[in-house]
Amino acid sequence: MTDVLPKTAPLPRTTLPREQPHAQPQPAPVAPPPGPPPADKPRDLRSRTIDDRASVIGAACGSLALSWLMYTQVLLLSGLTGFLISWYVVFVLIYAAVTAVGNPWPVVKDRVASAMLHAGAALVGLCLVLTVVYTAVRGAPALPHVNFYTKDMSGVPGDAPLDQGGILHAIVGSLIEVAISIAVSLPLGIVTAVYMTEVGGRLSRIVRTMVEAMTAVPDILAGLFVYTTLIVAFNFPKSGFAAGLAISVTMVPIIARAADVVLRVVPGGLREAGLALGASQVQVVFRVVLPTALPGLATALILAVARGIGETAPVLLTSGASTFLNWDPLHYTMNSLPLYIFTAVRSGQPDYITRGFGAAVVLLVLVLVLFAVTRWLARPRVGRR
Amino acid sequence: MTHAAETQQFPTQGDFVPPGGYPPPPPPPQYAPTAAFAAPIADRPQPASLDARAISAWFGTRKVLDRVSLTMQAGEVTALIGPSGCGKSTFLRILNRMHELVPSAQLAGEVLLDGQDIYAAGRRITEARRDIGMVFQKPNPFPTMSIYNNVIAGLKLTGKRAGRAEKDYLVEECLTKAGLWREVADRLNQPGGALSGGQQQRLCIARSLAVRPRILLMDEPCSALDPTSTRVIEETISELAAEVTIIIVTHNMQQANRVSDQCAFFLAEQGQPGVIVEYGPTEAMFGDPQDPRTADYVHGRFG
Amino acid sequence: MSAPQETEAAREMPAPGDAPRKLVNRPAPADRVFRVGSTGVGLFVLVLFGAIGFMLALSAVPTFRRYGWSFFTEHDWQPERDQVGMSEVLLGTFLVAFVALVVAFPLALTSALYISEYAPAKLRGALVAVVDLMAAVPSIVFGLWGLFMLAPYLQDVAHWIHQNLGFIPIFDVDTDPNAPLLELSKYTGSVFIAGVAVAMMAIPIACSVMREVFAQAPIGEREAALALGATRWGMVRTVVLPFGRGGIIGGTMLALGRALGETVAVLLIIQPIFDLKIKILEGGGITVSSLIANRFGEATSMQLSALLTAGLVLFVITVIINTIASVIVSRSRSGAATEI
Repeated sequence: MTDVLPKTAPLPRTTLPREQPHAQPQPAPVAPPPGPPPADKPRDLRSRTIDDRASVIGAACGSLALSWLMYTQVLLLSGLTGFLISWYVVFVLIYAAVTAVGNPWPVVKDRVASAMLHAGAALVGLCLVLTVVYTAVRGAPALPHVNFYTKDMSGVPGDAPLDQGGILHAIVGSLIEVAISIAVSLPLGIVTAVYMTEVGGRLSRIVRTMVEAMTAVPDILAGLFVYTTLIVAFNFPKSGFAAGLAISVTMVPIIARAADVVLRVVPGGLREAGLALGASQVQVVFRVVLPTALPGLATALILAVARGIGETAPVLLTSGASTFLNWDPLHYTMNSLPLYIFTAVRSGQPDYITRGFGAAVVLLVLVLVLFAVTRWLARPRVGRR
Repeated sequence: MTHAAETQQFPTQGDFVPPGGYPPPPPPPQYAPTAAFAAPIADRPQPASLDARAISAWFGTRKVLDRVSLTMQAGEVTALIGPSGCGKSTFLRILNRMHELVPSAQLAGEVLLDGQDIYAAGRRITEARRDIGMVFQKPNPFPTMSIYNNVIAGLKLTGKRAGRAEKDYLVEECLTKAGLWREVADRLNQPGGALSGGQQQRLCIARSLAVRPRILLMDEPCSALDPTSTRVIEETISELAAEVTIIIVTHNMQQANRVSDQCAFFLAEQGQPGVIVEYGPTEAMFGDPQDPRTADYVHGRFG
Repeated sequence: MSAPQETEAAREMPAPGDAPRKLVNRPAPADRVFRVGSTGVGLFVLVLFGAIGFMLALSAVPTFRRYGWSFFTEHDWQPERDQVGMSEVLLGTFLVAFVALVVAFPLALTSALYISEYAPAKLRGALVAVVDLMAAVPSIVFGLWGLFMLAPYLQDVAHWIHQNLGFIPIFDVDTDPNAPLLELSKYTGSVFIAGVAVAMMAIPIACSVMREVFAQAPIGEREAALALGATRWGMVRTVVLPFGRGGIIGGTMLALGRALGETVAVLLIIQPIFDLKIKILEGGGITVSSLIANRFGEATSMQLSALLTAGLVLFVITVIINTIASVIVSRSRSGAATEI
């Protein structure tokens, strides 16, 4: 009577002597309901009623009608932006009023808050999508031309049609500058992070504070620093090398900080296990800590590169804008994608602006690829979200 | 269910009995009865019965409960016992719709509160939770609120308006019922997080009582507490039973024996979803179990 | 020390060798090289960043010596006429950052709450990635968007605000809003438009910090609120927002630091004008970083010193703001946990 449910293989009896069964039957309340066992299918738990759905749709339609009436017929206004804003405001008001009819006050607040949060998030998403799509649409005319990727702008006037000239020099310049900045900032950033986590001490805390403060220092100051020291004081020419150094100044704190976070996540037990085996600290760092944190370190580097490749302000001050392909970072000016975009859109010539947008698309694609690689690297172990 | 793995989790707290036996229960709190206190409160909800019918539960594709049915009588204390991982906490969380907070959680069956399905499409999830309160394993007072505001937090959250005198009365009443009033009466404005673990748990009980639930679910409410606090909470449970139906999950056999009227034994065989092996009056379950597995468990042979 | 006699004895006459022993650890040569080397690199980075501040401070000396306090009160920037002052530059910097924050704060807060509390669990990871991606979009791309797409819309918006709220000084524009021949050019290149573009760069920073802190709001208290019958928003109000207050403040300040230093988007959009004014809708204005980017090329050594001084002021402001922000954020992450 107690086993209403299907029992699988019963456990073997133990030595406990079985006493007499209950003299009285179990009380009625615990008896299962008669009839066949109900269906065993998951229920739909979304507790949305027809009333809920009707409130949203009704409020949307009602507010559309009302705001259209007010907007175009009574107030005689025009403009899509204003209409959408007033539609939304009227929608929230009507939605709140409709909800308030049959629901307690907290539910009304919940609905209004939900409507506003969804709108805020959607607006941010819309802005991001618009930015990308707008850039792509404006740059699209330049993209199908092969010469856009294989030629530079030497001897090509800015207002030349799109089948002349290209951005090869800017792409090459960007890659060279980023390569230089990786060569400088990767060792500096990683070793600084290793110093902060593995060596420690009072000085390391000062370094960490400094690094944290520097991560958000305006990028133009990095350019200004390299400009005044290297170019003005030491008479070094404006070049790809100077630009690479300026970008590294912004990248070092980003790498150091991200790597610091990654290294701190490495469990202390791993280090102790290594030391307990009699390994020296160097061996523990290079054989245990760094390999464990490798995906995270790669993520840190690539995020920094994605930031560095899009930096405009430091490059603006230090590299100079050339129109020709230049493979030599130490001599002559060198163009880069952000700088090319900047000069192009400021030229005021439609074709040149289109080229600028085309270069922006290339830059966005580069960033996106780097970003995708980052996500892919971070996926197996470090992705803790 | 491997027995070896379960033995470590066998609870020991609450078994402690001081050398001279328990001290006499504290005298009833001394406070001036206010007018509101003297007046009978007509609209106070009565304890309700809860009827779970063929409850199955899944996490993702893993089924953890298989068509469990249980009726919990109004005004009684029902204890859910069983080894870890047998689905009794999941069952408890299904009773006030906390189960579906877990992404990928699914369930089948119905839970009838006085005959009405709390999972019915027209029912607000917030109403079900207001009527069926819950006390958790780990005390969780709101750290940013004072003791006073913690008790009346439910009023604000469910949109009930109350005057100052009404709130004062409610705070005093609920803290008294939870056995905490005498300890905190003079520091109601201190943060709730500053209390000891046992006091925090009683504050959480008072907070649940303040929304006047008809059912109170307790998920191992004493497992994080010391024996003395456990005893105070057990006394509180006994006193509350008259005005609210209590369903308590516990690992502690003695506790289940002491506080409950009805008892249900959950078990999940290896790789199988949890089921109720046996249920009935507590005395019978402990004194004369029908199923050998129940006998083994309540006598501490495994679990 | 279980036996009491031993304790007494130990108290009367300390046993020899009871003092802490000095532990000698002679690190391997490789370890010593490693420690010295990494400390050296750490020091180098410290010195490098110190050098930036030091160089800026050093270059500022001639400027301060020449102009004294009037460097902060003078509003015009005409080094060739020996008139150099930062008041308008600083005002413009803060106005752009202010507009950016007014736009970015509500959007970042709502997006962060949406992602951590309202978005379906399956979407959450993707949305977090989108916010990270937004932070990686080069600022010049947002600058292009602001200049070519947003500006025409925002001119209309600015005109509407001027028409209806023009009596408030900051919304005033030096033209007749209801004139039959509307001077829309009056509204181009304004602090307002630049600020909105900068907001796009401030949003992902604030949003990701806020979201991280919100996600750490303890599950126990969330469930406690829901078990009392709270709606989702009620739970957010009682548990998530109080818990995340540090993250909200800190994230907003980090975004402020970014907004104060943004260069290219502002440089593209704003018309450089050195009038001391707070009319954010009217075309024209300047910020420290766009001033530097505008003028560094033509600068003589004295003018360069003045630019470096402006850079120093920006440097000090952003370092202070960022340091306070990171302290607030880290404190809100560690200290607010409610362990018993």
